[in-house]
Amino acid sequence: MSTDSAEKELVKRITANPKYQELVAGRSCTQWVLSVVMLVIYFSFILVVAFAPKSLGTKISPDSIISVGIPFGVSVIVSAFILTGIYVYKANSKYDELVSQIKEDVK
Amino acid sequence: MNQLTGALLALPVALWGTAAWAAEPGKAESALNMTAIIMFFIFVVVTLGITYWAAARTKSTKDFYAAGGGITGFQNGLAIAGDYMSAASFLGISSMVFARGYDGLIYSIGWLVGWPVILFLIAGQCRNLGRYTFADIVSYRLSQVPVRTMSAIGTLFTVIFYLIAQMVGAGQLIRTLFGLPYEYAVIVVGCLMVLYVAFGGMIATTWVQIIKAVLLLTGATFIALTALNHTGFNLELFFKTALESIKTSALADHKKIVADGKDFFAPGGLINDPVSAISLGLALMFGTAGLPHILMRFFTVPNAKEARKSVFYATGFIGYFYILTFIIGFGAVMMVSPNPQYMDAAKGVLAGGNNMAAIHLAHATGGDLFLGFISAVAFATILAVVSGLTLAGASAVSHDLFASAICGGNVNEVTEMRVSKISALVIGVIAIWLGIQFEKQNVAFMVGLAFAIAASANFPILLLSIHWKGLTTLGAVVGGALGLITTVTMVVLSKTVWVDVFGNKAALFPYKDPAIFSMTIAFLGCWLFSKLDFSERAKAEKARYEAQEVRCEIGIGIAEASKPRVLSVPGLPGSRESFFLYFPLFFFRRGWRRP
Repeated sequence: MSTDSAEKELVKRITANPKYQELVAGRSCTQWVLSVVMLVIYFSFILVVAFAPKSLGTKISPDSIISVGIPFGVSVIVSAFILTGIYVYKANSKYDELVSQIKEDVK
Repeated sequence: MNQLTGALLALPVALWGTAAWAAEPGKAESALNMTAIIMFFIFVVVTLGITYWAAARTKSTKDFYAAGGGITGFQNGLAIAGDYMSAASFLGISSMVFARGYDGLIYSIGWLVGWPVILFLIAGQCRNLGRYTFADIVSYRLSQVPVRTMSAIGTLFTVIFYLIAQMVGAGQLIRTLFGLPYEYAVIVVGCLMVLYVAFGGMIATTWVQIIKAVLLLTGATFIALTALNHTGFNLELFFKTALESIKTSALADHKKIVADGKDFFAPGGLINDPVSAISLGLALMFGTAGLPHILMRFFTVPNAKEARKSVFYATGFIGYFYILTFIIGFGAVMMVSPNPQYMDAAKGVLAGGNNMAAIHLAHATGGDLFLGFISAVAFATILAVVSGLTLAGASAVSHDLFASAICGGNVNEVTEMRVSKISALVIGVIAIWLGIQFEKQNVAFMVGLAFAIAASANFPILLLSIHWKGLTTLGAVVGGALGLITTVTMVVLSKTVWVDVFGNKAALFPYKDPAIFSMTIAFLGCWLFSKLDFSERAKAEKARYEAQEVRCEIGIGIAEASKPRVLSVPGLPGSRESFFLYFPLFFFRRGWRRP
């Protein structure tokens, strides 16, 4: 019983902390925005594949044999890597800093 | 420990027996096989040595399921990449690029883009909320027995289908590469995976995975570089030479492309309608986020920070690897297809089957020795992937079904680990048996099915349990079950099974990939049955969301909880939740720090 109330009290103190509000709002915003960016990039690629496959066969320049689809596809891969980098950077610096501040506050 | 020593001694003998058998036919090929077999043998000896080392360090359930939480983000990134870069993706994608050009790239992109989403929505949260399996997270505030049972069933379905595909692939590949009989290969793979998992647990499985990832990345880099070097690293010339080679190629797929006047550098006929394209995209993207053996890896690192880093590294390695497979596929078009040695011109396929593009290219670029190396790496790849799967399946049985659902959390660590080891053995026997049963079947659809189940049964309940306050036990169980049932039903009724496996005339379900429908049904099911759940229990579950969110964001107690154990579990009173919440909080509030 005491466990339960101790836990409830701690949760209450944390959720009442404005830094916690800032953390939850900021992190969930970043998460969903980046997820949507990834989904948009990927599904625009998939929809081009489905609806306009020929357009990906256009050559990157008149005297080249390489189609635009190749750099496009590779850039989807690279963008996935960059997006993970952005999130890890933000979460592991800004948000983790907030987390440790909150932990200090409720100690 | 004695058992392991015995097994360690017996295995080389068994392998040697098969090696000697393979050498018997005594043709030029047998020397080639011996290189591969010796290299694979070295890999097996090293990994069994690691297993022996790991066995001494596997003392608790935490060591067994989560490598004691002592893996770094970078190591875990490699291990995750290792789990993901299966033989199917190495040989399969490079061969798809080889045969169909651009279409191969579409698959590899789909397999990669799930990773950022896992990172944003699942990885750190998993680490903070769970301990050993993804069911820990889903059942965090929901009712233990039904939710864990549902998650375990989802896990086992995913694992078994994935395992069958890997086992059959292993048998066929090794028959071609090593000249060993199909059954031998399946049995060797099955026995080794059980040894790694049962004795070395997650520590051994992780290190096997890391070694294999490094070998595979090194080998693939070498093949790609030598292929590029063939045209002096001139990309324009590289693709041009490849395109020239197609015109004279004996491969049936290439002939068809030339005859139809199709563009090799643009999407071809692989995906031809929007529904299939989106459905495939969904399964590839979100299936990854529901694969139990991948999710388990987030528990092997000390905190959420390292969990996030590991996804970053993994995405980098996997992305790099897929770019390599693309180069390897075109390299094979350029260097393999013009060489009659690698072609079975009469049948219009590659010698040894159409999956062999990367293998033949390895020979073309690095000779017999390198071919032996790549063959051994391919075998090692299968072995490492099936070990991860077996551990995930065994954990679902011992941790979710046995310890939590059946024993209500009142079970000691020794018993739980014993159950896990026995489960690993049982899964091994089933995998060998099914692997042999399915030898003549077309099992290519099974990886897709595993991904579709992961995307439709595991992923929705995992995502919603973390991010949606309104999810209740009823919603999670019904939604997950609906996702699972619709996926299996739709795949069975689709062309891949109904026509290609059962031999019926027409498919009852028109699409190959069910994800767009099954995922929708699963999410709707979760939502609807959560909304319709007016029980007291549902109210309490929603009320617990706030505490869950605090733990998820702050990770309270996690760093402390993964420090050396100060508790023994046997005979613990009370529910699991209060145990996991109370003790970390206890230390946290006392300002308990690592000595």
